[in-house]
Amino acid sequence: MADGNTDILKFRGPGRGGKGASAPKGRQVDPDAAVEIAALLGDMPRRRDLLIEALHLIQDAYRCLARAHLVALAAEFRLAMAEVYETATFYHHFDVLGDDDAPPPEITLRVCDSIGCELAGAKDLFKDLNDRYGDTVRVLTAPCMGACDRAPAVAVGQNQILNADADRVADAITNRKTSPSLPGHIDYDTYLLEGGYKTLRDCLSGRLTVETVVSHLEQAELRGLGGAGFPTGRKWKIVSGFPGPRLMAVNADEGEPGTFKDRYFLETDPHRFLEGVLIGMWAVEAEECFIYLRDEYPAARQILLAAIAKLEKTDLLKPGTLHLRRGAGAYICGEESAMLESIEGKRGLPRHRPPFAAEVGLFGRPTLINNVETLFWVRDVLEKGPDWFASHGRNGRKGIRTFSVSGRVKEPGVKIAEAGITLRELIDEYCGGMADGHTLKGYLPGGASGGILPASKDNLPLDFGTLEEHGCLIGSAAVVVLSEQDSAADAALNLMKFFEDESCGQCTPCRAGCEKAVKMMSAPDWDRPLLEELSRTMTDASICGLGQAAPNGLLSVFRHFPQDVK
Amino acid sequence: MPLDGSNTEVTFTLDGHDVTAQPGESIWQVAQRQGTDIPHLCYAPEPGYAADGNCRACMVEIEGERTLAASCIRRPTEGMVVNTATERAESSRRMVFELLAADQPPRDHAHDAGSKFWQWADRLGIDDSRFPARLTPEPDLSHPAMAVNLDACINCTLCVRACRDVQVNDVIGMAHRGADAKIVFDFDDPMGDSTCVACGECVQACPTGALLPSTVAAPEGRIQPDRQVDSLCPYCGVGCQLTYNIKDDKLLFVDGRDGPSNHNRLCVKGRFGFDYIHHPDRLTKPLVRKEGLAKDPTVQLDPARPLDYFREATWDEALDLAAAGLKKVIDERGGNALAGFGSAKGSNEEAYLFQKLVRTGFHTNNVDHCTRLCHASSVAALMETVNSGAVSAPFYDCEKSDVIVVIGANPTVNHPVAATFFKNAVKNGATLIVMDPRGQALSRHATHMLQFKGGSDVALLNAMMHVIIEEGLANENYIEGYTEGFDDLKKHVKDFPPEKMAGICGIDAETIRIVARKYATAQNSIIFWGMGISQHVHGTDNSRCLISLALMTGHVGRPGTGLHPLRGQNNVQGASDVGLIPMFYPDYLAVGSEDVHAKFEDFWNTELDPAPGLTVVEIMGAIHAGEIRAMYIMGENPAMSDPDAGHARKALASLDHLVVQDLFLTETAALADVILPASAFPEKDGTFTNTNRQVQLGRKALPLPGDAKQDLWIIQEIARRIGLDWNYGGPDEVFAELAQCMPSKDGITWERLVNESSVTYPVGKDGVSQEIIFREGFPTGNGRGRFVPADVLPPDEVPDDDYPLILTTGRVLEHWHTGSMTRRAEVLDRIEPEATANLSPRELGKRGLKPGEPIRVETRRGAIELKARADRDVPEGMVFIPFCYVEAAANLLTNPALDPFGKIPEFKFCAARISAAETVAAE
Repeated sequence: MADGNTDILKFRGPGRGGKGASAPKGRQVDPDAAVEIAALLGDMPRRRDLLIEALHLIQDAYRCLARAHLVALAAEFRLAMAEVYETATFYHHFDVLGDDDAPPPEITLRVCDSIGCELAGAKDLFKDLNDRYGDTVRVLTAPCMGACDRAPAVAVGQNQILNADADRVADAITNRKTSPSLPGHIDYDTYLLEGGYKTLRDCLSGRLTVETVVSHLEQAELRGLGGAGFPTGRKWKIVSGFPGPRLMAVNADEGEPGTFKDRYFLETDPHRFLEGVLIGMWAVEAEECFIYLRDEYPAARQILLAAIAKLEKTDLLKPGTLHLRRGAGAYICGEESAMLESIEGKRGLPRHRPPFAAEVGLFGRPTLINNVETLFWVRDVLEKGPDWFASHGRNGRKGIRTFSVSGRVKEPGVKIAEAGITLRELIDEYCGGMADGHTLKGYLPGGASGGILPASKDNLPLDFGTLEEHGCLIGSAAVVVLSEQDSAADAALNLMKFFEDESCGQCTPCRAGCEKAVKMMSAPDWDRPLLEELSRTMTDASICGLGQAAPNGLLSVFRHFPQDVK
Repeated sequence: MPLDGSNTEVTFTLDGHDVTAQPGESIWQVAQRQGTDIPHLCYAPEPGYAADGNCRACMVEIEGERTLAASCIRRPTEGMVVNTATERAESSRRMVFELLAADQPPRDHAHDAGSKFWQWADRLGIDDSRFPARLTPEPDLSHPAMAVNLDACINCTLCVRACRDVQVNDVIGMAHRGADAKIVFDFDDPMGDSTCVACGECVQACPTGALLPSTVAAPEGRIQPDRQVDSLCPYCGVGCQLTYNIKDDKLLFVDGRDGPSNHNRLCVKGRFGFDYIHHPDRLTKPLVRKEGLAKDPTVQLDPARPLDYFREATWDEALDLAAAGLKKVIDERGGNALAGFGSAKGSNEEAYLFQKLVRTGFHTNNVDHCTRLCHASSVAALMETVNSGAVSAPFYDCEKSDVIVVIGANPTVNHPVAATFFKNAVKNGATLIVMDPRGQALSRHATHMLQFKGGSDVALLNAMMHVIIEEGLANENYIEGYTEGFDDLKKHVKDFPPEKMAGICGIDAETIRIVARKYATAQNSIIFWGMGISQHVHGTDNSRCLISLALMTGHVGRPGTGLHPLRGQNNVQGASDVGLIPMFYPDYLAVGSEDVHAKFEDFWNTELDPAPGLTVVEIMGAIHAGEIRAMYIMGENPAMSDPDAGHARKALASLDHLVVQDLFLTETAALADVILPASAFPEKDGTFTNTNRQVQLGRKALPLPGDAKQDLWIIQEIARRIGLDWNYGGPDEVFAELAQCMPSKDGITWERLVNESSVTYPVGKDGVSQEIIFREGFPTGNGRGRFVPADVLPPDEVPDDDYPLILTTGRVLEHWHTGSMTRRAEVLDRIEPEATANLSPRELGKRGLKPGEPIRVETRRGAIELKARADRDVPEGMVFIPFCYVEAAANLLTNPALDPFGKIPEFKFCAARISAAETVAAE
């Protein structure tokens, strides 16, 4: 035992003598925040793929993501802080606070600034609302919320005000109307009465075989109606060919500006869609299915949650196998491989292909991915026979196409029409003609990505593969009609800004290309040779369709509306 | 592994020629092999970096495809026609560079004009951009080691992959999106405030100069070295290979090299902790204690002012005095009145000569080194059970393991680069089981984190063995074929059911069962351990249990299995191998054996002391007892590293004669009569043996400062002055001699090391190294490994009412051992400048103490005052103190009680109490 051990030796260290930290490196878990997060998460499994769901829980509860909460969340999920932060900041519906930031005001207004709403005066509305309420509520611009036929759209919290004006928005703010209003829809019982789920039962009972189902889908020439147009039957067959276990994912991240058809199907007849989902799961023997629904559709979310809960009480759906996942404000997650990343709880970066999702998809497993509308038609195709679907069509094209029509027409909306219909026919037969006082100048046949066609091309059959030679694409069949009062150049700039906002930032041509293009297109004079050169690299060298299609509007202006640019 | 799982070659057309791609090869790799350089930025061919395909600088045209393809990530398929040089591909690649150049600082203001980005831009003829620039991000110079200038960032994510895929520190992320996407540390915190552990992998990976070592970042652009020398890291037992970049004979920065144990990776110490050698405290003249100045172990000598206490001497005078003092004691009292401490920091050649000096010059076996303080008990257990003290498999074999057990080790701190391989393995699907009383960075990656009660190792491990036997999971064939003593062990562990042990070790029975099952039933399980196992009075028992676990399951001798005590010092394996220990001659030949004795008397042509010598802590006792009167200490600092250091310092102060050979006026040197200024690692040639049994070559990179001399020369000069006729021309000649008496070095020559830098022993007759040993039994008399049962023994000093806390000691990432090197490395000192005592926030709160405030920590042996640090990894009831801080030396507190077999002290457990500091901590 040492003597004199109360004396402290007065030695000094050989270093410079700075101050040591009072805690290990970096942010430490705050005990109060840890308790709050643990309570909020409850029994949610602490799995990486549920990170975005967990972030939603926090955002919903606190209207923001405070750093202390994110540190605690990272600890709960045993993730690195950077992993949580990069995911949280990728999605625009998460408000990640700085250390000294106050939480945002109770109400956030999101004013849609996409093409359809811009045509309907969204810019002025935004300015008006910002002037009036900028101090008390948060006023943001936001990309397309799928209400282009009732533009302009403003979301007050989760309550979408359609054909919005300042007074109606004021009413929602004053009366705290921030929840979505549920549209009337065909419920489970009604759907059953109309013969619903009979086709699924035929599948489950063996009355319909997978081979029959696939061959009917092939004969019907049902194609991927999210925009890619890949033959559905063939896809089901390909996925089934890869060794299990297999999964399914449903793309309900309808974000292409001008598109609102999937929303329409989900909000009016959800069980017809779900029957398609369950048939798909059955056909490829998917153990689980993840429906990825954009966060802009809170009403559809409530409808689907109720519908799935109902189905789980029947023998049609094994509980816990059909998951509804919530997007968080990122258009890119409508790109199917980015969607898979997002379902896995990560940033929505598109994957390189090959390998394709059919082989290496969600969690690395063979995955069937279909769009909402595609699945919506499955029951009808099987029930009415393959010829029924293919018997529709005009101008040499086959099948049914659902057009989301907006812009300068008298009666915009969802138009279920025949494949191959021309714009002229669509406007005249389905939309009551052009809006009063407007003359057709041109149209976007496929939302923001599909380019812009001039009025002179109003006689082209609208379908997959018919517009490419004109530098355009049908895509999701989002038709935005422009009139002589509109500038094609302004429209192209609106689209490019949209892509700049929504680029994931992964690859140089798209990340830097969109940003540079917006800067150049915002200048008084456009440097056409350089913009064309840039466009070619974006088209040739971007990883995914977003960057590849981003210059389509710009190139259409050069090609079809040269008079609109300086 | 090919992503598509294919394992066949494919033939395709590349620029008009038929070429063959190996399975998994990308178009870029095939093109490179064929001599076609395709530009690339986000792709790094270095090991560990998966292609990401994001920069699009490597686009090529594939016939029949709508868009171009990134050659770095695209794999060719049979019959594919690829053109790398079409106008379309080339213009896209140039456009990518032009887009990126728009946002770079102008070429003549580049942070690194020689970066990969500018090199490629030059080749493509891009020096400017027609595009408008974005807003320039502000520089982040918050970190002492690295400058962050994101104005040069091209979002290639190589730093993210460096941090996440390679080193798995997970600090760097890519946040936000689109043009706003940016590199962040944690929550977009300044790098210096983040959880960054400064491994510097990102700096090495960055292709633009956005991340640079601070030592080369300059307003006028990157400072370039004038020469490079390939060598090794001087710190831990991982044995990372590195390249010293030198300018004007000063180390400028360090790069990782593709050594077998590091694949270009380094940690903060290896990459940024090199400048201690240039520190002004460096001793450059021989020193002799001034007449009449007493040795007072309670007073610190200022290492910056050695001439206050010593006078400069010529080498001849100093060596004469040093040797004369030793010789006097030899002559008057005999060799056993002397002892020598060599160093695990020195080379194999130095260690060999040092022990040869003590044995053949002093004629005693009182020679030891810090292995006594680290893995002595592990080695004792391994020698006893399998008759081999080295690891059975390299640590990177964990990539073939299904279950990885890390027990009593904190590798992210102490073996950071080895830890990266563990984390890589976990990312690839291995199950990691961490067992330690403290949490650690690996806990987050662990499937099971068993935070058991300190000192209850045997209870936990016996319970695991109980489960394995009870549930029939033991490998009967292996036990039958390759082991002995199983029946006794079986009988013994019957009394240790997990249900009974749960209360003792603090881990519930079910968890013990699950973990035991996973370890036993996995195809390949491997065990790594560290000081948490060895530094106990039951350290040998702890190791015996681990060995028994491996033997009963047959998890040894195959790839992905084995026993791996993670070696601490860069050459602790080698120093032990060459006999720098009192009970063994080179190659672990027992001193007590008559045959061995005869062999070495013959080999060294001299009389040798037949009795084993004393160990480190025993030597301190023998000094106090008056039995040992003189010592020669080379590169060790027992005044800081020995337990109950106050006692050790008194011992050293009481010696008649103490010769210390070191770089600095260490706390040990302060008690010397003669101090000999020695060579630092980068100043000498020599071989070093890492934890993986790899003998590696360290190369001289710098001249010696002042009159400092090579250690090998100093040892030889002392030897000559006590009458040995030595005439070694250099380390190569010493190596040749040691190889002659060490069959383990068969197949390894100096020349081979010059050519290959690293050779693993043993080398088979075919010249091929055997990384995995014990493939068919063990080098014991009967070829069998022996089970040795262990009982649950309490630590020597358990907490009580007076001393209610457990004190445990160890290291921090930034500081090495007693801190004499690392605390003089600027970056390391700036990151961890001050002594801290780590306690759980709750423990501090319970006692009304606040993190950041000075506290007093006291044991029955002493008291220190230091800053309290709130650390959630430390359980309640425990205080953890790193032992590197002289101003609050943890070893003034530790218990010198020894493990009876390994003679290792119980650094990991003693009773302590804490209170608010009485005095303000020393400024």
